[in-house]
Amino acid sequence: MAFVVQRPKLNLAEKLYLPAVLGGLLLTIRHFFKGAAGRNVTMQYPEVKWDDHLPEWYRGAPTLVADEWGRERCVSCQLCEFICPPRAITITPEEIPNSDPWAKVEKRPKEFEIDMIRCIYCGLCEEVCPEQAIYLRKDYSITGYTRAEMKHDKAKLYELGGVKAGVVNKWNEKK
Amino acid sequence: MTTTATPAQPKTEVPLLNVQVDGEWRQFPKGTRLIEACIKSGQYVPHYCYHPKLSSPGNCRMCLVQLGMPKLGADRKPELGEDGRPILNWSPRPAISCATEISEGMGVRTSGPLVEECRNGVMEFLLINHPLDCPICDQAGECRLQEFSVEYGKGESRFLEEKVKKPKRVDIGERIVLDDERCIMCSRCIRFMQEVAHDDVLGFVNRGSHTTLTVYPGKRLDNNYSLNTVDICPVGALTSKDFRFRMRVWFLKETKSIDVNCGTGSNILISSREGIVHRITPRENDFVNSCWMPDSHRLNFHYLHDEDRLKTPLVKSAPATWTDAISTAAAQLKSHEPARIAMIASARMTNEELFLARRLATALGIEQFDVLPRPQEGDGFLISNDGNPNTTGAKLLGLHCGGRLSAIAAGVASGAIRGLLVLGEDATQCGIAEGDLANLETLVVVDILPNKTTPHATVLLPASGFAEKRGSMINLAGRIQRLNRAISAPGLARDDWEILRDLIVAVGGPNGVYSIEEVFRAMAAETPALTGLSMAGIGDLGVELALDGAPRRAEI
Repeated sequence: MAFVVQRPKLNLAEKLYLPAVLGGLLLTIRHFFKGAAGRNVTMQYPEVKWDDHLPEWYRGAPTLVADEWGRERCVSCQLCEFICPPRAITITPEEIPNSDPWAKVEKRPKEFEIDMIRCIYCGLCEEVCPEQAIYLRKDYSITGYTRAEMKHDKAKLYELGGVKAGVVNKWNEKK
Repeated sequence: MTTTATPAQPKTEVPLLNVQVDGEWRQFPKGTRLIEACIKSGQYVPHYCYHPKLSSPGNCRMCLVQLGMPKLGADRKPELGEDGRPILNWSPRPAISCATEISEGMGVRTSGPLVEECRNGVMEFLLINHPLDCPICDQAGECRLQEFSVEYGKGESRFLEEKVKKPKRVDIGERIVLDDERCIMCSRCIRFMQEVAHDDVLGFVNRGSHTTLTVYPGKRLDNNYSLNTVDICPVGALTSKDFRFRMRVWFLKETKSIDVNCGTGSNILISSREGIVHRITPRENDFVNSCWMPDSHRLNFHYLHDEDRLKTPLVKSAPATWTDAISTAAAQLKSHEPARIAMIASARMTNEELFLARRLATALGIEQFDVLPRPQEGDGFLISNDGNPNTTGAKLLGLHCGGRLSAIAAGVASGAIRGLLVLGEDATQCGIAEGDLANLETLVVVDILPNKTTPHATVLLPASGFAEKRGSMINLAGRIQRLNRAISAPGLARDDWEILRDLIVAVGGPNGVYSIEEVFRAMAAETPALTGLSMAGIGDLGVELALDGAPRRAEI
């Protein structure tokens, strides 16, 4: 259905356009003097980092975490690999040998790679994880000289992730 | 000719019975199980223990439906309603549809408050002791328990007591791992081993919620058909060691193909992801293999990803381009008199490849042309007495199956034969000594893996494995079936038929085939038994050929 756009009725000052230009100039001049007075609002990155200013919900690099008993939480169910929109995640699963203290978990990732060139920091991996094993931490400055460097392998992901206590306790001794 | 063809009904007349399914009257042959009548009517009934090829013990209770029987008058005859159909008395309690045989005038409701409440209740009971293993369970993604709990489950448990603990990761056979906590006691595996494999090693012990599936003391589930129990297990209780933790099933691409390990030609599904075959499972075809296949055949695919796969054409053991390799091979073959060249093909090749091999032999004038027979001891079920999957096809295309091998071997030994073309076989298995191969002036080999013949090849052409090519084969019963491409061949390896076509053109033979369909068309035009058939016409279930000269039997 077609509808008519109501145009605002402009008065003479608005039609002239110049008062608005002058208003803009005034604002700029005000900021110029504020800066000259030493009240600077620009952050001098990278000398000054963002880290203290990041909100709680900030989505940085995805990482793998261990639980409070040191068990790697990931059981390599590959749901994050499936959900990942840019297909940044590649997991190679393996069976945990019977001699391992966590043998009852049966499965773990042999290799877990996240291609940080592909990653779009969407957080779907964290959302889909049934084991609370993958979290987006606050690392935002992911750089490297080669493509290979930009691939985070399992060791790197656990190094970034550290330990996170969570509510998944189905693998404890009661199980 | 449709893909949903079923075997022809037996000649004896089976009386048809009238059954009302969800308000509609339909006819089914006597002896049909009620659940089958429902499914045939398009009303899916959830089930775990029922399997179309096994008996119905009725122990999962998932297929509960509401049953109605004709209302009988004083004369013990059904009272008829206004539509001339019996008036139904609906039972107030549910009945299992898998172990109920249909009877005349029976009615069934597959939905409604009673049925839905029953399904929700059964689902809740089945999930009471089920572990939260889905993230590590191989069945996740193709698990009936997952599927039906989405449809009929509650989403949360009301069960406050401790779950029953049962053995996990139990090694019950060479190829199978059992997880008893995941088992829902459907007994499909037990019935399969009793009724189909006739190796009764599985059974339940203990009672109630402590019921446990186990193997008979001192025995193991090592039967060559044991992996079929993994296929029919509706949950992740039985898992295959070979496929265990390899890949989640939702990543797998399924390609319909056929088994090439023997003359039976069992129908299979090749599951692959990104160029890697992860597992092979049987595909239902009641004309050939029902729902089953032997373990030894389904596990025989890892060689496709062998590190030693031939990936580059070699001329005198040095890498070459395809153009150079083909022209060198053609020049070498043409440098001999036809009587001094022999050709060994393989009954493991498809019809199309054998047809082009025959064309190549004709173009070169080769008379000494044979395939290697592979007699073996079958098991009387799905492993036939012939280790070649396409002996029938080779015979149909007029190849000798083994009759000329000794003459070829003698010719190579005496030096009468100076050039040999070997397609997909190891010449040393055909009675030719390895030393004699080294003395040949020309040895052109087309194969996928190195063997005792390949080091002596003057030209070595890398070809495709069974999951990497399309084509057709004819099984021992005379059924022509299709292979389909699941993955691409490694490196520079090419389709066998393309290699043969290029060789034919290079030696001056006819061309005119640019696709596998055209090869088939050319073959069908020259072969009476294949008249009227096309690659697409073969369909997913194959077509039975009349090989004795009678017209081809029409399919349903």
